[in-house]
Amino acid sequence: MGASRTKVALLDASRKFIGRAVAKSGTDFAATAQRLLEKALDMAGARKSDIACATATGYGRKNVGFITSDAKTEISCHARGCYHYFPEAISIIDIGGQDNKVIKLDAKGQRTNFKMNRKCAAGTGAFLEEMSLRLDIPLEDMNGLAMQSENMVKLGSFCTVFSATEVLENIRMGKKVPDIVKGLFYSVIRRVLEMDLLSEQVVMTGGVVAHNPYLVDMAAEIIGHDILVPDYPQFTGAIGAALYAMQNRSRQGS
Amino acid sequence: MSEEKKVVIKRLKSAQTMGQFMVDYYRELDQAAKAGKPKIAWCTSVGPAEILRALGFLIYFPETHSAMLGTSRMATELIPVANAIGYSPDICSYLTADIGAFCKGVSPLQKAFKIDSVPKPDVLVYNTNQCRDVQDWFTWYSEKFNVPVVGIHTYRGVGEVTDAHLDSISKQFENLVAPLEDVADRKLDMDEFKQIVALSRECSDLWDQCLAKAAAMPSPLTFFDGCTLMGPAVVGRGTQKAIDAYKILLGELEERVGSHDGALEDEQFRIYWDGMPVWGRLGVHSKMFAGLNANVIASTYCSSWIFSALDPNDPFTSMARAYTELFIVRSDDYKEEYIRNKLDFFKCDGIIYHNAKTCPNNTNCLYGMPQRLEQDTGIPSLIIDGDLNDLRLLSDEQTKTNVEAFIEQLEERK
Ligand code: SF4
Repeated sequence: MGASRTKVALLDASRKFIGRAVAKSGTDFAATAQRLLEKALDMAGARKSDIACATATGYGRKNVGFITSDAKTEISCHARGCYHYFPEAISIIDIGGQDNKVIKLDAKGQRTNFKMNRKCAAGTGAFLEEMSLRLDIPLEDMNGLAMQSENMVKLGSFCTVFSATEVLENIRMGKKVPDIVKGLFYSVIRRVLEMDLLSEQVVMTGGVVAHNPYLVDMAAEIIGHDILVPDYPQFTGAIGAALYAMQNRSRQGS
Repeated sequence: MSEEKKVVIKRLKSAQTMGQFMVDYYRELDQAAKAGKPKIAWCTSVGPAEILRALGFLIYFPETHSAMLGTSRMATELIPVANAIGYSPDICSYLTADIGAFCKGVSPLQKAFKIDSVPKPDVLVYNTNQCRDVQDWFTWYSEKFNVPVVGIHTYRGVGEVTDAHLDSISKQFENLVAPLEDVADRKLDMDEFKQIVALSRECSDLWDQCLAKAAAMPSPLTFFDGCTLMGPAVVGRGTQKAIDAYKILLGELEERVGSHDGALEDEQFRIYWDGMPVWGRLGVHSKMFAGLNANVIASTYCSSWIFSALDPNDPFTSMARAYTELFIVRSDDYKEEYIRNKLDFFKCDGIIYHNAKTCPNNTNCLYGMPQRLEQDTGIPSLIIDGDLNDLRLLSDEQTKTNVEAFIEQLEERK
């Protein structure tokens, strides 16, 4: 139950990812969760009574009705979800709608450290959403535009409002839209990479990454090596939550 | 970790004694302000209170008033008033809240103690050992009230405290006496002064012993209790009444330790807090941690009013030492060693650094210390962003997620 989007992930007993759904979290968190659960069940061809266990994570984790074990923070769930796909020492970069996280795991999957972005929107999906409004470009077109850029505009500021001013200035100077959009992407990546030192293997996740895969290429170029991305980068947190629910259930032996 | 879980925090009975101490303290100041005697000195929280008391002043501490502006959540409305007259939102939000309150003619004392306004000073005395902001703050009031302001200009980032430091500071203390005698209209009696220093030392020792009781497992005390229980150590040092109050507190804590009676029902995690409290969230944070079975048992902050060097036989030099040896005055090397010892002494599982935006002086996570200490001790750390008084600098949701995720991390290590 993210601040911006809610995702449901269904895993079968062998931990295979069999159903999923995502939508804006909206204002009625409980109802959104319920609706998405039904959608994911449809996709998996399952019924509600088939659910053996469930847990919730994210901003609205305390608003979900159908969970069977205590809610977990998104930090733990992202870590668990990523380790499921990449069981080694990893640094996870998650770019969400409202916040970013850098989470570090050791080879055993134990979290050694994590950081969330500070107060402002810099480096988050909210920043890109704001800029898409300012530039009057649909959010989903940004990735394609950024890829067309030949001469990226560099934006210097931390702050979303200051960046918007910089963008306007560049428009006035006649800079091309793709170059500005790539500059915005670059700014997101920089803000995130500034948060912490990264270990050798880097995994990127989050809805922003899922919809803008070019961000991953850009980040890889900056850090100088490939970045791992799980199959469903927007769902790693939800998958991690499901894995926690399963673990809890087997612990309780029920 | 559901929110519905009933949170049990066992309050200390002696908290009432400490509360009553504060009521009496403010009432006495109010009466003096109205009667025009005894004279009133305003003093910084780690300023030379002993000299002032020995000269017969009642002492008012604006920082304590600012903390009340914080706990009463009045501060956030008042800070912008000071911002508008030129005091930046980036500087000490004790200063900005307090000056804002003064400009607006409001005070938490009105509701808490039915006292109309802060007691008018006859003199203002600061020590820059904690920060530069206090000098600006007190100078502003000096102009408002048209009364003298005097101060000690001390060292910062001190490694080893040397004779050179002590010489300079004790001379400055001695030089304060004459101007203060002028205001007090009396001479400093050395015997009386020594007596006050002895009382102050006793109060400090008792407070030290109280805080040390948190080393017991489970701890009878939380940091959040400490933030209010420390009131008399700040405003009452040098008085017998403060000593009496701490004897009662210590007795109760000893009793609790004896019967393994912890402040939390189920203390699973022991946390060290570095930096200032978020005054407007004291209760919320206390409940949040208790709900996670995490007890924040010790802090740098509450220990800031321990002055073990005070020695009645050598009042000026020992004051110079006590007020220079303080954590806030010291180098990062010293601070790191200090925190390392505390983590060990209190058997902490984790440490949380509060990055208080408007007080870098009480914030110790800006120069790589968390990373160094974590590497050294293996004890995990978390930084939370916030502020002492300005709630605009806070995201409750972010704090909650960070703290919960941190406790989950500690849980996985167990
Ligand atoms: S130490 Fe910090 S909170 Fe205290 S007066 Fe100075 S700046 Fe303000």
